[in-house]
Amino acid sequence: MAKLKIRSELRFILNGRDVALSDVAPDQTLLDWLRLSRSLKGSKEGCAEGDCGACTVLVGKLVAGKLVYESVNACIRFMGSLDATHVVTIEHLAGASDTLHPVQQAMVDFHGSQCGFCTPGFVMSLYALWMKSPEPSDAEIEKALQGNLCRCTGYEAIMRAARAISSYGKAAKDPLQAERKAVIARLTELQDGTRVEVGAGKDRFIVPADVDDFAKVLEAEPQATIVAGSTDVGLWVTKHMRDISPVVFIAGIEGLRTISEDKGVISIGAGVTYTEAFSLLAKRIPALGPLIDRIGGEQVRNMGTIGGNIANGSPIGDTPPPLIALDAKLTLRKGKKRRTISLEKFFIAYGKQDRQPGEFVEAVHVPIPEKGEKFAVYKITKRRDEDITATLGAFSLKLAKDGTVASIRIAYGGMAATPKRATAVEKALLGKPWTEATVEAAMAKYAEDFAPLTDMRATAEYRALAARNLLLRFHTETTGTRAPFQVSRYEAA
Amino acid sequence: MTKHTPNLKAQKIVGGVHTDQRHDSAHKHVAGTAVYIDDLPEPAGTLHVGLGLSTVTHAKLKTVDLTAVRTAPGVVDVLTYKDVPGENDVSPSGMHDDPVFAEGKVEFHGQPIFAVIAETREAARSAARLARIEYEELPAILNIWDLDPLKDRQVVTPLTLKRGDPDAAIAAAPRRIKNRMKLGGQDHFYLEGQVSLAVPGEDDEVIVHCSTQGPSETQHLVAHALGVPSHAVTVEVRRMGGGFGGKETQANQCAAIAAIAAKKHKRAVKVRLDRDEDMTATGKRHDFVIDYDVGFDDEGNILGVDFMFALNAGFSADLSGPVGDRALFHCDNAYFYPNVHAKSAPLYTNTVSNTAFRGFGGPQGMVGAERVIEEVAFAVGKDPLEIRKLNFYDAMGTTGERNVTPYHQKVEDNIIHRVVAELEASADYAGRRREIAAFNANSRFIKRGIALTPVKFGISFTKTESNQAGALVHIYNDGSVHMNHGGTEMGQGLHLKVAQVVAEEFQIDLERVKITATTTAKVPNTAPTAASSGADLNGMAAQNAARQIKERLIDFAAEKYSVPADQVVFLPNRVRIGNQEISFNDLVKQAYLNRIQLSAAGHYKTPKIHWDRAKGRGHAFYYYAYGAACSEVSIDTLTGEYVVERTDILHDTGRSLNRAIDIGQVEGGFVQGMGWLTTEELWWDGKGRLRTHAPSTYKIPLASDRPKIFNVALTDWSQAYEPTIHRSKAVGEPPLPLGISVLQALSDAVASVADHKISPRLDAPATPERVLMAVERLKKEVRGKA
Repeated sequence: MAKLKIRSELRFILNGRDVALSDVAPDQTLLDWLRLSRSLKGSKEGCAEGDCGACTVLVGKLVAGKLVYESVNACIRFMGSLDATHVVTIEHLAGASDTLHPVQQAMVDFHGSQCGFCTPGFVMSLYALWMKSPEPSDAEIEKALQGNLCRCTGYEAIMRAARAISSYGKAAKDPLQAERKAVIARLTELQDGTRVEVGAGKDRFIVPADVDDFAKVLEAEPQATIVAGSTDVGLWVTKHMRDISPVVFIAGIEGLRTISEDKGVISIGAGVTYTEAFSLLAKRIPALGPLIDRIGGEQVRNMGTIGGNIANGSPIGDTPPPLIALDAKLTLRKGKKRRTISLEKFFIAYGKQDRQPGEFVEAVHVPIPEKGEKFAVYKITKRRDEDITATLGAFSLKLAKDGTVASIRIAYGGMAATPKRATAVEKALLGKPWTEATVEAAMAKYAEDFAPLTDMRATAEYRALAARNLLLRFHTETTGTRAPFQVSRYEAA
Repeated sequence: MTKHTPNLKAQKIVGGVHTDQRHDSAHKHVAGTAVYIDDLPEPAGTLHVGLGLSTVTHAKLKTVDLTAVRTAPGVVDVLTYKDVPGENDVSPSGMHDDPVFAEGKVEFHGQPIFAVIAETREAARSAARLARIEYEELPAILNIWDLDPLKDRQVVTPLTLKRGDPDAAIAAAPRRIKNRMKLGGQDHFYLEGQVSLAVPGEDDEVIVHCSTQGPSETQHLVAHALGVPSHAVTVEVRRMGGGFGGKETQANQCAAIAAIAAKKHKRAVKVRLDRDEDMTATGKRHDFVIDYDVGFDDEGNILGVDFMFALNAGFSADLSGPVGDRALFHCDNAYFYPNVHAKSAPLYTNTVSNTAFRGFGGPQGMVGAERVIEEVAFAVGKDPLEIRKLNFYDAMGTTGERNVTPYHQKVEDNIIHRVVAELEASADYAGRRREIAAFNANSRFIKRGIALTPVKFGISFTKTESNQAGALVHIYNDGSVHMNHGGTEMGQGLHLKVAQVVAEEFQIDLERVKITATTTAKVPNTAPTAASSGADLNGMAAQNAARQIKERLIDFAAEKYSVPADQVVFLPNRVRIGNQEISFNDLVKQAYLNRIQLSAAGHYKTPKIHWDRAKGRGHAFYYYAYGAACSEVSIDTLTGEYVVERTDILHDTGRSLNRAIDIGQVEGGFVQGMGWLTTEELWWDGKGRLRTHAPSTYKIPLASDRPKIFNVALTDWSQAYEPTIHRSKAVGEPPLPLGISVLQALSDAVASVADHKISPRLDAPATPERVLMAVERLKKEVRGKA
């Protein structure tokens, strides 16, 4: 094995130019850098927490040699995570001439802007969509815009513009298309397999060269903050002014970005984003598709990882309950040592997980439901999309030939200090005939499993009632009733 | 921009009134080149501000130790009330109850106590957390739910409206319902938060670039806080990233802090609030408790009604008096009350001082009216739409008594019957009502509901002196026009509309009219851009200015060419003088060479209006704007989740100056109103801390929340009854209460679980939680009756 090289500058492409920075703080956000250091004022700060999308920019990266551009929130994206990427801001869109890009021209012609403050962010989100899907459906547009708030238009004009973009020009005419080859070549060069270390002492960030290097770094510096998508840690900085140094950025580590299926188990590396996980998960475990679509907005899904959602131990993370219901396993690694535990056991108490200093979550392994196994997950929020869970229930059921419950796993988020199984409810169902009467009897057991809290998202009473009713919803769905039970755009036909 | 070559043969100018024009800044919005305050180049040495906010709700300030703040890296200074050179007050109401910095006490969680001035914003924000403040906590009033609207402390004198003998009418009525509704507030969530950049000048001068809807008031209050005459202060704003009322008075505090720091340090100073601080420390739409007592007959005719509108003013008066007044002005919505009594109660609480928000209390009044309608409908077993129609004011032109408002103004321009009839037909209300009933009968958990609600919204400030505007128009000697007026641009397309008016007046293409930043140095003593009045007032003022110049040009041409004045006619981009035509530009050039003044200041004041608050009588509004919306929803009775399936809107903007802009206002207003009444919930914890202070917790509508089918139309037949600017009508606020149709449709869906026999009394915001709890209550009542 060749000796590891260390590079002390961060390198990426900003619009049309190479950037190399050797003096950049671990908690420097991309948005502030663009606006303050580069005077690129087109990207706006609306919330500084990745919810409003006014700061949306594109980040292009090589995925298995292919160049992929994704919308991200510059306000919570740290500079250190940009090594070997292509950052594209609104300023790059119109190109050299004064003519507007098709996305921009459509927004102008369909009156898609009023105050205009959110507009650059909308343009960038629509641009990312248009590159992927030039003739998008309304559902695709809505999904692409979940992370963009507009307070003026009521969105209808933006929808009209989004539907019309392709009539203003084809993707082939796009400036990013024209420079695509050059960018791929340049990014390939930038991926030099070195570790990046910028800064000194505590005030330092590290981008490990690969997974083994990451393990080594973390063993040496167990107090370091691990940052994957920064959709949570970003707020520690922008809202809580916390010192997060030293930081290890793992988003670019190829070895953590694999998702694969083997013998009925899907293994997801800790650096796999929601977006990257979507296609395989939604295909093999269909109930997870609509759930992932309701986690954050598109920008957050492009950055946030399932690994991070687990590792940060939040009681309202959306992926742990369904993964617990599916009896997922977690691989943790420290140095060269690995151990695999039941995901359920990872969550010990509020803010406390079974992770040792110097150890990190490497992958999660999700069993695909067997044929005939019924699996569902329901997320309850105040607003349907881009909202944090009030309560979320996940159900995994196997019936015996006689129609009795052979096995059942139920897990909830938002109902306790950790993601938690409903063991008393499960017990009340196990071995009983899967009938509404059984379900009703089991619904009375929720109080034994959960004593939820009242907060800004919901009262304890509502959480308890809605959580209980989800079991009834699950029963009704599994017994073949064709009515649309989930109020969402994914509702059954 | 390419060089403009005017078409001298055109039949019509490009961009006159009654044409659909794109927003003047649209191309800059989409390119990211439109400049907001935070995008202005900062003068070298610009300092930044971080605010120190109260961490308790109500307390005496025992000690404020700022040592650690002062010595933190990058900190230049820390300002407290002691550093305010003039008066420590930015109260817009003259009540002197809105300190720039808390002095001796704090009255809400999040109240600014001090400001850190530092080399960077980050340094200022970090240092602000290092203060050591000892509080002596005092009992706090956290909400208005349990207050007595007659006895508890009020921030200003309440208003009472009375007509007829409501007590007797209610007592004698065959049916009577008395109940209460809770109605939540709303954060503006303008995408651009509060921001000011103050640049010191010589002597006592300062220029404040401020995201404000009321530059004149910002100017006056900054001067007041600095202790200098208003002439020393210039306030300028090219555009805001949204306002919605939230920058009518709430911009003043940041402006004052920036100006004080700038003058003290002789350096430019910027204040830009973080979203959390913005939502915590600045005011919102008022939450209300509405008590109603209504007497009616078996047909559903309202005979008498008594309202108490208690509103949460917060810790100071701000605009709570007039907001409460406007709630009363709209407690009738489009309905005639033969006997009515209505009273406001702007109650003091230890929360942030609530303020203007699109509709300004009007929507709250209308929600009260619609709740009463709904109660009557359930009581008599009729479709609420029938009750609505039964109680409408008489149509325009009808003789009779049924057109007098609770404030004794005659409604002279009522077109609601036609608006509702047309919408009822185009939305197929009756057919869908039947379909929904059939669907509900066969659906166990998902229930649908529909509602069609009207809007009648009064246009004018009730503060008479605010109903005036100024404009400044120059024509340069090349024929290009510089236009300025007192209104501010917050996305509503005001500058564009006013420019269209000026283009129309001179008969020149819109492109020849330059839109310029609003500044107190060009047009003084202006009203805030509020009350939907922007185009009405400023359009008239600009027209007045243009006409002055035009008259001079006509006189000049008549004299020079020896023709009668009526033979000087402005045609598109040219002028016909007698039997020859010359270009507008040539005429201007000739006028200039002949020393004709090509600049004019215009002014306008709204005629007819008057208002006597003590008596509760007057001609409060110049005219009314009308509209109606029909919404259909589906709810899940297991969880309370819902979707808006379809909304149809028909809205009246008179002879619209620009239908494209107006449609945008109607769509946006509706969605904002819907958000207020559905998912937007302000939630304070038991310690008086707002916990929904960012978009992660405060949920405004997304693209996916808008109705799945959304049909919006303007009445193409209406025109303002009064001689407004080109007979158009105001459009900013009136569409917002169209969102009430969604609340009513949710209520209708909830009611279906009890076969429409029990009034759901669904309070707002109707979150999934409130919907589910209403469903549960109805189910329980049904079980109780069985």
